[in-house]
Amino acid sequence: MSGSLLSFTRLRAQFVKEILSILRDPRSRMVVFVPPILQLLVFAFAATLEVRNVDIAVYNQDAGRWSLELMQRLDSARFISHVRHADSQRQLHELIDRGEIIAALAIPADFSRTIAAGGSGRAQVLVDGRRSNSGQITVAYLSTIAAEVGAAVVPGTQAPTPVVVRHWFNPNLVYRWFIVPGLTGILALFSALLITSLSIARERELGTFDQLLVSPTSTPEIIISKSLPALAIGTLLGLFMISAGVFLFGIPFTGSFALLLASLMLFILSVVGIGLMISAVSATQQQAILGAFAIGVPAVLMSGFATPVENMPVALQWMAQAIPLTHFLVIVEGTFLKAMPAADVLANLWPLAVIALVTLTLATALVRSRLQ
Amino acid sequence: MNAARHKLGDGALPAGSRRFDRRRLMALVVKESHQALRDPSTLLIAFVLPVVLLLLFAYAVSLDAKQVRVGVVLESPGASAQSLAAAFSGTRFLDVHFAHDRREVADQLVSGALRGYVVIPQDFEQRLARRGREPLVQIITDGSYPNTANYVENYARGVVQSWRAGRGAASPAQAVALEPRYWFNPELESRRALIPGAIAIVMTIIGTMLTALVVAREWERGTMEAVLSTPASVVEILIGKLLPYFVLGMLSTLGAAALAVYAFGVPLRGSLAALLLLSAVFMVPALGQGLLISSLARNQFLAAQIALFTGFLPAFMLSGFLYEIDAMPAPIRAVTHLIPARYFVESLKTVFLAGDIWAVFVPNLLAMAAIGAVFFVLAKRATRKNLE
Repeated sequence: MSGSLLSFTRLRAQFVKEILSILRDPRSRMVVFVPPILQLLVFAFAATLEVRNVDIAVYNQDAGRWSLELMQRLDSARFISHVRHADSQRQLHELIDRGEIIAALAIPADFSRTIAAGGSGRAQVLVDGRRSNSGQITVAYLSTIAAEVGAAVVPGTQAPTPVVVRHWFNPNLVYRWFIVPGLTGILALFSALLITSLSIARERELGTFDQLLVSPTSTPEIIISKSLPALAIGTLLGLFMISAGVFLFGIPFTGSFALLLASLMLFILSVVGIGLMISAVSATQQQAILGAFAIGVPAVLMSGFATPVENMPVALQWMAQAIPLTHFLVIVEGTFLKAMPAADVLANLWPLAVIALVTLTLATALVRSRLQ
Repeated sequence: MNAARHKLGDGALPAGSRRFDRRRLMALVVKESHQALRDPSTLLIAFVLPVVLLLLFAYAVSLDAKQVRVGVVLESPGASAQSLAAAFSGTRFLDVHFAHDRREVADQLVSGALRGYVVIPQDFEQRLARRGREPLVQIITDGSYPNTANYVENYARGVVQSWRAGRGAASPAQAVALEPRYWFNPELESRRALIPGAIAIVMTIIGTMLTALVVAREWERGTMEAVLSTPASVVEILIGKLLPYFVLGMLSTLGAAALAVYAFGVPLRGSLAALLLLSAVFMVPALGQGLLISSLARNQFLAAQIALFTGFLPAFMLSGFLYEIDAMPAPIRAVTHLIPARYFVESLKTVFLAGDIWAVFVPNLLAMAAIGAVFFVLAKRATRKNLE
């Protein structure tokens, strides 16, 4: 291999060729840009851990005033779409078994009488444990309704709540404000990972990698020319989704755009490094895609998107620190909602830089070992 | 070659050579199985990835908040304030950090070091003496993580309420008391609800992703046309191609189910036969979707992207596995009916946690089979079109 290590002309030609190999085919062009954007729109509304539109059933054996009061409040509760009336305990069981309702209330015959006598009226709530998270939230909502009925029983002495709660950054806890910035990272990650992991593997499967070997191209040039298209496409997609978050979903953007852009590019570079490593060790495109998948899916699961990192065991929390998405999620959520100061962004930016450096160096080493 | 392909693809040969032949089918199955097992990436996806995913769903993905980092700002030096602070440090769900100034904890909330904080104000003793006309403490949460914010609020409220109850200053016995009982999952471990759903994700990866790639590669290399020009019929070729992946998917399900039951303590309250039947029927739409994608894309990059965005991600986000379908807006709830994984996730949760409830299984089986049939018809049409 004669000539300098890096030649601008050669690099430009390589870059143009790589971009063309991805975007030449109109179907590929569509598949690179359209599905991630559609997914953003669908998942922004779909991914929510809130409880809404659920059905519950009530088996009311009490004809008294307080069960009526309870039923009326259930009927008007916003999270419930239908309150079904059951005639027996068995019917309640069947409805739960079939998954038609999330919870069933059984009100005993002496409910109102006990309350009128100054006691505490007890109602049994059966909850579908297959939906453990929503079930718990439903019980919390039902308890609030029960407390309201209780307050109506003894008017005047209603104990004020001893606490006042403020949710910073997202006062109404809109789940979408959390999901959309996070999805930006996930969709950009999968796009960049798939594009780069296929880049070398495709050349090897088609046999054109040998041609690259006999050309004067140097290893760093190969790495750079394979990284740039994914970097460009990933950044474009990321920027598009960030602007969708701001202009379409109306999520407040309070932080520094410049820092977010820098983080986005470093994040994609570190993903590109991982993709190139996968590509260098794969012999076929199938291996590359499945390898990207086997790395990408666990990475997303451990990144803190689905559930917080601090819920995981300590060993996994350490592993999560090696995942670029973990750090990018902190930055993107913080920049959108928290007006995160530069110092905090930098605290998550340097791990990204380290990961990018390590993965790109390893990728170069792997590609070089393949060249010999 | 084009002309030859045309003739053969359109079935212009004498009808006799196109007859269904068991020996030919066996030969195809053996060939495809060799091809599938030779590639280490197939085994990685079918056996290693499921184990990794189940491990992650058992240990990493947990909706049960433990040890949430919370700050307690103790501004009052009084004895009752101290005892409330002690109550906070005594709870096992919160990892409490004490501070004397709100400003330090506010910064930690921004950096993410804390998920919330509780302020015990300077005039806490006076407020307490006034018997709760004013709020006693202030709870601030990090709303940028809504689910965690809810947990912080509920736990912190709970600590304050039980502290008050412990001091005898509690409100009189509740007039209406609810007694919740959680069926199927009394310990409320989110793992038990998640792991059965995770099997659906694994099967989607094997059924849709793997077949889409394998068949797309044949089209990309042109070997699909070569196989189609042999005396084997299209049906034989497709069965030959799909059968090994069907078996692989079933084996992988059995392995994942064994792992779920014996390693992660998920009960299998239904029968093994029902589990196998559900899995086998789910493989129909999963394989059909993979086949359809590959015959539309005919290129591995496209096939992978489409399989990711129409197979894996919807199975993850729209199947009710992690996110509740009821809570989605109506148009998206309508879309979830087109996702085979939705029916499979519901059935799996039932067969593992509840038992053999055929009222749940039958509609789900029918829906999966119907979606599968549509996929296969479309795939057959697309394959024929590819040959013209």
